[in-house]
Amino acid sequence: MSNIKKPQISERRKFLTNMTHNVGLGLMGGLVWAGYADKAKSSPLTLRPPAALDEEDFLRACIKCGLCAEACVNRSSNIDKETGKPRPSTLKMAKAKDDVTIGTPFFKPQDVPCYMCDDIPCVPVCPTGALNLASVTNAKGDLDFKMMEMGIAVVEPNACIAFWGIQCDACYRVCPLMNEAITLEYGRNERTGKHAFLKPAINMDVCTGCGLCEQACVTEKPAIFIQPREVALGYPGDHYVKGWDKKDQERVVNRDAKDVTTTTKRSEQDVSDYLNEGVDFE
Amino acid sequence: MSNMKYLILRRMTQITLLFLYFSANAYGWHILSGTLSSSSIFGTIPLSDPFAALQMLASGMLLSFDVLLGAMIIALFYGIIGGRAFCAWVCPVNMITDAANWLRRKLYIDKIEKKVWMSRNIRYYMIVLALIVSFVSGLAAFEIISPITILNRGVIFGFGAGGGLLLAIFLFDLFVLKNGWCGHICPLGGVHSIVGKYSLVRVTHNSENCTLCMHCKEVCPETQVLNMIGKSSEDISMKECTNCGRCVDVCEDDALRFHIRNYLK
Repeated sequence: MSNIKKPQISERRKFLTNMTHNVGLGLMGGLVWAGYADKAKSSPLTLRPPAALDEEDFLRACIKCGLCAEACVNRSSNIDKETGKPRPSTLKMAKAKDDVTIGTPFFKPQDVPCYMCDDIPCVPVCPTGALNLASVTNAKGDLDFKMMEMGIAVVEPNACIAFWGIQCDACYRVCPLMNEAITLEYGRNERTGKHAFLKPAINMDVCTGCGLCEQACVTEKPAIFIQPREVALGYPGDHYVKGWDKKDQERVVNRDAKDVTTTTKRSEQDVSDYLNEGVDFE
Repeated sequence: MSNMKYLILRRMTQITLLFLYFSANAYGWHILSGTLSSSSIFGTIPLSDPFAALQMLASGMLLSFDVLLGAMIIALFYGIIGGRAFCAWVCPVNMITDAANWLRRKLYIDKIEKKVWMSRNIRYYMIVLALIVSFVSGLAAFEIISPITILNRGVIFGFGAGGGLLLAIFLFDLFVLKNGWCGHICPLGGVHSIVGKYSLVRVTHNSENCTLCMHCKEVCPETQVLNMIGKSSEDISMKECTNCGRCVDVCEDDALRFHIRNYLK
């Protein structure tokens, strides 16, 4: 044996060094891991199955079991009558590079839209509540596919040939809630002077975002497409209320004037009603 | 062939389970549907991965009744009966790492290897880290990188780019560290070690029959659990033993066999 001795370190020093070593390694690993976890979250344009919780809670709750996707592909209405085999599933389980958190269910309406089954087979099988059965159950306790909110259809008027004056009502006719979710707005075509416009318009309270319209759209890249509701819909806030709409007024019934903040300071004077000066109303 | 009995049984179990999962999606069978994260037997009995449930809890989501019950069934089964058997009998990644290990022996990689040392306790630190990262990121942290569910889902729904990770683990076990993934890093293996610590099914050693041939130590993926070989007759009681039974298979002297641990003695 060599007579070169290793420098002796005290037990205390050894413990502290070991501790520092482990904490340091843990911190390094944790930073890399947390950084990846942040990147691994889905693109904000991801469309989730019916009755999914808000994305943030959905990611927490989804255990990635795939029971929803299995229920979707094996639903009785999905069996091809000619071959007796199931057609491709609406719901896909995300793989690496799908730009969706790996292992979570999503769908791309342009490939396979959601057919809005009466019995919504994908939702009751969810073991974790990431697909919330209550959100598609009506007051009578029945499943109601009209209550689904997967996304919302958006029309891009520059590409939609109906806005050019060419007759096309593909999206209108394919819509499972025809004349409710998509209506046709009639207008006069001033260019020809003798034709009509039949422009599709989306009713945001009714549209579920099933995507049949996106799949049916005749343009090369669809002029009607589904976006997540959080992405596509604005919110007017409490400043603006439809004075003619009782339901809209209920929206701000609990509003407290003190909570409202403004960028510039509010005038403390009363409103001067100069337009009606000298007018006798009664 | 007698020295491959448990190996063949294990492969049959692993492949049968994968096939049942696959059939639930492909043919609409209901025998075993879902994935290893959470499944259901005959569409009624829930099963859930206790580690996935813990991560869900850490990420800030309350557990549903089904997940809680499913995780309890799994934990009780392995806790009372199977020990760490999940790793050797169910987990599909075991087939990949066993293949790497086999090739490693065939290619004599151990003979030329530049020694890489890693603590076998990393898996336990990984558990803690996974829970912390889940808490911070609001997303079950191990479930987004787990090769187990990537392979499991790959078989059921198709692989995509996830196959790269599986190849990486194969190469890691082959060229970097013997039993690197399953024996050092995988936190799910750590969870199953802890869960199965007091299980009844154990391999037991009879040192009177032992001829010290050391075949058992050559094949064991967690060699440290065989520390009593040739020294004393006792159960292999360390929690990292996966109950894979390879040592029982290769033992030519009937010095190793499965038995039920007797706590009453």
